[in-house]
Amino acid sequence: MAMIDRSFTIIIWIMAGLVLLAFGWLVSDVVVQGAPKLSWQFLMDEPTRSGREGGIYPIIVSTLLILMTALVVVLPLGLGSAIWLAEFSSKSSKRVRTTRLILDVLAGVPSIVFGLFGYAFFCGFLDLGFSILSGGLTLACMMLPILIRTTEAGLAAVPQDWRKAGAALGMSRTTLLWQVLLPYASPAITAGLLLSIGRATAETAALIFTSGYVDRMPESINDSGRALAVHIYDLSMNVVGGDKASYGSALVLILMVVIINLSASTLSEFWLEKKISRLK
Amino acid sequence: MSEFLSPPKNIDRWLGIGLSMLMGLVALLLILIVAFLASEAWPVIQGDSWARFFNSDGWYPLENKFGLLPMLWATLAVSVGAVVLAFPLGLGSAIFIEYYAPRVIGKPFSSVVTLLAGVPSVVFGLWGLTELVPLINNVHPPGASLLTAILVLTLMILPTISLTSRSALSSLPAHLLQNSAALALSKKSMIVGVLVPTASKGIVGGVLLALVRALGETMAVLMVAGNVVQTPSGLFDPVRVLTANIALEMAYATGEHRAALFASGLLLMVLVICVVWMTSRLSSGEVNGYD
Amino acid sequence: MSNGLVKGNAYTLGSIEQGEPCCDPIPHFSINNLAVSYHNEMVLSNVSLEVYKGCITALIGPSGCGKSSFLTALNRLSDMVPGAEVSGDIVFEGENIFDASIDVRALRTKVGMIFQKPNPFPLSIRKNLELPLKEHGVRNKSEIESKIFDALQSVGLWDEVKDRLQSSALSLSGGQQQRLCIARALILEPSVLLMDEPCSALDPISSGIVEEMIQRLAGRYTIIIVTHNLAQARRIANYAAFFWMTERVGKLIEFGQCRPLFESPQHSLTAAYVSGEMG
Repeated sequence: MAMIDRSFTIIIWIMAGLVLLAFGWLVSDVVVQGAPKLSWQFLMDEPTRSGREGGIYPIIVSTLLILMTALVVVLPLGLGSAIWLAEFSSKSSKRVRTTRLILDVLAGVPSIVFGLFGYAFFCGFLDLGFSILSGGLTLACMMLPILIRTTEAGLAAVPQDWRKAGAALGMSRTTLLWQVLLPYASPAITAGLLLSIGRATAETAALIFTSGYVDRMPESINDSGRALAVHIYDLSMNVVGGDKASYGSALVLILMVVIINLSASTLSEFWLEKKISRLK
Repeated sequence: MSEFLSPPKNIDRWLGIGLSMLMGLVALLLILIVAFLASEAWPVIQGDSWARFFNSDGWYPLENKFGLLPMLWATLAVSVGAVVLAFPLGLGSAIFIEYYAPRVIGKPFSSVVTLLAGVPSVVFGLWGLTELVPLINNVHPPGASLLTAILVLTLMILPTISLTSRSALSSLPAHLLQNSAALALSKKSMIVGVLVPTASKGIVGGVLLALVRALGETMAVLMVAGNVVQTPSGLFDPVRVLTANIALEMAYATGEHRAALFASGLLLMVLVICVVWMTSRLSSGEVNGYD
Repeated sequence: MSNGLVKGNAYTLGSIEQGEPCCDPIPHFSINNLAVSYHNEMVLSNVSLEVYKGCITALIGPSGCGKSSFLTALNRLSDMVPGAEVSGDIVFEGENIFDASIDVRALRTKVGMIFQKPNPFPLSIRKNLELPLKEHGVRNKSEIESKIFDALQSVGLWDEVKDRLQSSALSLSGGQQQRLCIARALILEPSVLLMDEPCSALDPISSGIVEEMIQRLAGRYTIIIVTHNLAQARRIANYAAFFWMTERVGKLIEFGQCRPLFESPQHSLTAAYVSGEMG
């Protein structure tokens, strides 16, 4: 009996060790191979010789432009939908249940399928071509379900007491929403937003056929622009001898994503503390 | 109200209508996606021409042979393989954090899992390509293979399973632990016999979520799987999955070839919808259970 | 109470004071045949009674007998509860509040409500009072200031918070929060206050302060209070309504002046309940 218990403990520790080992391997690999490449020059230079040499400045600019385009679209759509789901719909109605199912499916759609859709719809049907605009719009579609879900959860966690108080004072839901509910839920909403930005920053497959491959500095959002993740993919798969630059870019990408995700989790922890202190 | 100015009463209604229209737009997106995939794929799925996806003997776009089956099997093999490996590891690490790890180890360990969840798939691919592939090549060439894809994907979906299992375990009521402790169960019997079965719904939900992610993963698999179109017969065979096929050929595909790629995207959608539907069945059962 | 300052301790049966006699019982609410159901399950049926102007009416009875459902029907807060259905008539100041022509938001400014758990908004003390005023169209700065002063004065909070109106309402103690909530309701100049166990989440001292304040508000406002504390009901109420559950449906068993209802109840259930034998 004690034997079995003991061996179970050992197995659990071994599994945890394996996970840690794999993570350590991956991260140390990227850091060790990427760090020599990382410099101010690398961040601020144009790529040369298909990216083997030079830097990634235009690629960082394109990445940020794609993200910004996506945000402009995703913010009103995502926040609005989430607010409707959390505050204006009746939870058990058929319409809401169908909407939820649609959101679940959207959240599961493979990114390459979003890429196909963006290619057919934004690039083709709307005639936007391979451009930062097409890429940003495609990413926006991908971010929507994540943002809606986290925002809705943030609003759902606001104590019901205040909604009752507002109603009993004859206040409109709109006032209550602006003055009380949204400010209170804003750290949670921001955390969700950061999380979806993190996802979008890491995205490759949805961008290959929408924002394109061109690694020049984009002149406007109607230009094609290469995202950082696409750059890494291209260097490692299509450019012989691009591994070093690829690792350098991977390190930059990981740092960006880690910073975004860390600020998200710090925010939600801060929010949790605020909630707990209210209960005291 | 005599002494108060009458407030605009309809603002709530207008806001509600406006917001529900935004929500409608989002819902419309799914319909748009399916509609555009279907219309682009129409030349090769209309009538009974879709049958050739399943009875052609292979994927030879230049000869108008569009057999998807080898790649479908490869997709399933990679995804199921990854889930089979990631499930014990993910659940194990969740159990580790919840019940075994001392605080000094548990906290950093759980941040490691969270960080792992955020690593971009293209970085997993890069790592697999430059580290795992040569390693496996030493054992059995060519290295880029079903096994490599499974290993990389395992690492990618492990955090999903670990995080959902952990939240399912941590939301178990405290009295369960006390009861089992009162029965003098050993720690192992308590976890395996009581806690994990009680949390099973949440854990299975996490596994299905991970499966969806695995089915849809493109870049990491593309970079390490070898991309040879063939029905996998062994772990060391290079394979090509449906998602990778789209990414590889879309750039130059025209005519029926292009339509066939859209059709394979549609097939992926169907797979995802099936799994999501299963998940929602599972969670709606949960709702009924508590009502 | 050791310091002797607080008159009504909610936890011991002190000397029984009769509330102010309402010599002139003018109906403020006339409730006729009220029934409430949730998802087609009846929780309260066949309630008819009159609530008199300027009096304190206590609703007593065991948990789950429909007292709170009754209360939330009076300002139509029951509209907010999913699956809730209310039937019957409630005539308030000459109008049936279920009429389609009734402005529910205006009704709620006239019928204020205080909840069991203090629920000030997570804003500053001043913002808590300003928000409902601005919502109902009061924009004049000096008018807002004087209304804030009046409201805080009438709940006895002004001296305690006048120097920190900008600090968060959540930094106040539980009893202060509850009084702020009452001030927030009063600032809209209602004629009725609905109170759903306003003292039950407070410590004994705060509870005593709030109870004393409620007594001072009587006369100016019609007060309907749900309480599980029989001693409290007996101390402060002019009228009492006793609810009881029969066959899983809440019913009004007895209604009348507070003192007679406690001392010589007409119904055997009431007698058993107020003597502590049941419930």
